[in-house]
Amino acid sequence: MNCRLAICQTNPKLGVVADNLQSHHQWLDRCLEQKADFALFPELSLTGYILRDLTSDVALALDSPQISELVARSKDISIAFGFVEHSPDHRFYNSFVFAEDGVIKHVHRKVHLPDYGIFEEGRYFAAGNNFTTFESKHGRFGILICEDAWHLSSAWLHFLQGADALLVPVASPSRGIETDGDHLASQKSWHELCAAQAKFLQTWVVRCNRVGYEDGVLFDGESAINSPTGEVVAAAHHSEEDLVVYELTSSALKRARVETPLRRNAHANLVRRQLAIIANDPDLSGLIDDE
Amino acid sequence: MSSTIPQPPTCNVELAERVLIGFLKSETQRIGMTKAVLGMSGGIDSALVLELAVRALGPENVLAIALPYRESDPLSLELAQQGASNAGCEFSVIDITPLADAYFEQHPELANGEMETARLRRGNVFSRLRMTALYDQSAAVNGLVFGTSNKTELLLGYGTQHGDMASAINPIGDLYKSQVVALSCHLGVPSAIIDRPPSADLWQGQTDEEELGFSYDAIDALLHAMVEQRLNRDALVALNFAPEFIDLISARVQRNQYKRRPPLIAKVTGRTINLDYRYARDWGS
Repeated sequence: MNCRLAICQTNPKLGVVADNLQSHHQWLDRCLEQKADFALFPELSLTGYILRDLTSDVALALDSPQISELVARSKDISIAFGFVEHSPDHRFYNSFVFAEDGVIKHVHRKVHLPDYGIFEEGRYFAAGNNFTTFESKHGRFGILICEDAWHLSSAWLHFLQGADALLVPVASPSRGIETDGDHLASQKSWHELCAAQAKFLQTWVVRCNRVGYEDGVLFDGESAINSPTGEVVAAAHHSEEDLVVYELTSSALKRARVETPLRRNAHANLVRRQLAIIANDPDLSGLIDDE
Repeated sequence: MSSTIPQPPTCNVELAERVLIGFLKSETQRIGMTKAVLGMSGGIDSALVLELAVRALGPENVLAIALPYRESDPLSLELAQQGASNAGCEFSVIDITPLADAYFEQHPELANGEMETARLRRGNVFSRLRMTALYDQSAAVNGLVFGTSNKTELLLGYGTQHGDMASAINPIGDLYKSQVVALSCHLGVPSAIIDRPPSADLWQGQTDEEELGFSYDAIDALLHAMVEQRLNRDALVALNFAPEFIDLISARVQRNQYKRRPPLIAKVTGRTINLDYRYARDWGS
């Protein structure tokens, strides 16, 4: 892979798709000025996050004029953005589109919908049911929308499918002031999580968080790119909109994987066999998700 | 059984400063406002909010108002003025004595605060008259009333509903009192204000800790364990909190839940406001 990727750390307006769409165009213009190949936006970048009953109002079909308008821009630059997807059977998904060369190449529907603490996604959204890695002209990508990344199996599935980079769009409510250092506790967890996933899955991890406040809740930015050895190689500012451009390369992937061949030794079949055993064991099956 | 003494919560003051200033700026500007009004009691909470407000909006956009009654401790007014001077913003005084006394004249049982019920009612009248004046002033300058109730007070219900608990936005409602103190020290609130025993100053000689019956540090340690760490009674006892203390504070928190919620609405339609008609307040901005 070789990709000059732009993180668009935006501050969406809550529930105002038209304004956010306009803003996406402006960000894409800036990305093109910076000669980026690929513009990555945060989770629900077209709608804002605390949607509640707005969810169905702001939802868009994949073939809606608004989505088509952004997809058309992907003739000039690959684009990945977030929105509420209105499915033909009237379900609503927290979705993320990857578009390239004027067509939608992949849609990821968020699988893990948090509904604890401050979160209400389980109340409003239908859940996706897969983590599927896809090929683009810039490399092989896997998408994890926010909470998806907190379940380690999600990233591991992309790892098994050969992802060069994990794209992690985020709208993370920041919290935790009883902490040392420069980051709110929740942000610190994100930094640790992405560093660990990059290092131990030997992939690029590109996390694009949003900024701004909604109903007193801060989204604190600090988007970052972790190299396949875990180091932060590019980082956006906290709390403010920011554009960060960085070149993802195959050579960095190769270096990490030659040094420690984790992918070669993943033993996925062993995991598959054991999962089947656990699922069939009456003493253990209750411990795993049996959807 | 642990032998450690539970401590009040800590606060990363640099982070708290950044988050709260950003909050005030964002939540004021997104509705097209630039100014703020807040009531200065001479205590630490309002002095802290003032420091945050001037950093968020600029001192020229913040109006600090002291609202004394004739029986208020003169030190309260003095420290309110000192806090405003320290923050560099405009300061004014609205004497609520004529307003309050006009009401008390019509209700002779409130003529003085010797009886506890009268004392409580008088305190609430003062608090709500101050709210009335603050909201009027906010309309006069096209600004928002910034709240000054901290999390400890809100949990204990130690405030007057529609009085000092009323505000448009509140930057410190998620900070325990001990965190308020830490952040106030960091932001340079005058030490005379920080060191003064907290008081609602609703009657002469009143102090919060005497009225509550416990120190704020002890209450904060308990509330932190109950709320943030979700510890149940057995776990709290194991941490050496006295059972009577736990029960008293727990009951108080529960009893005052009503103060922290909007009024109940009788449900008769399919979409009742705030129950199943659910939108963020920042909808559209």
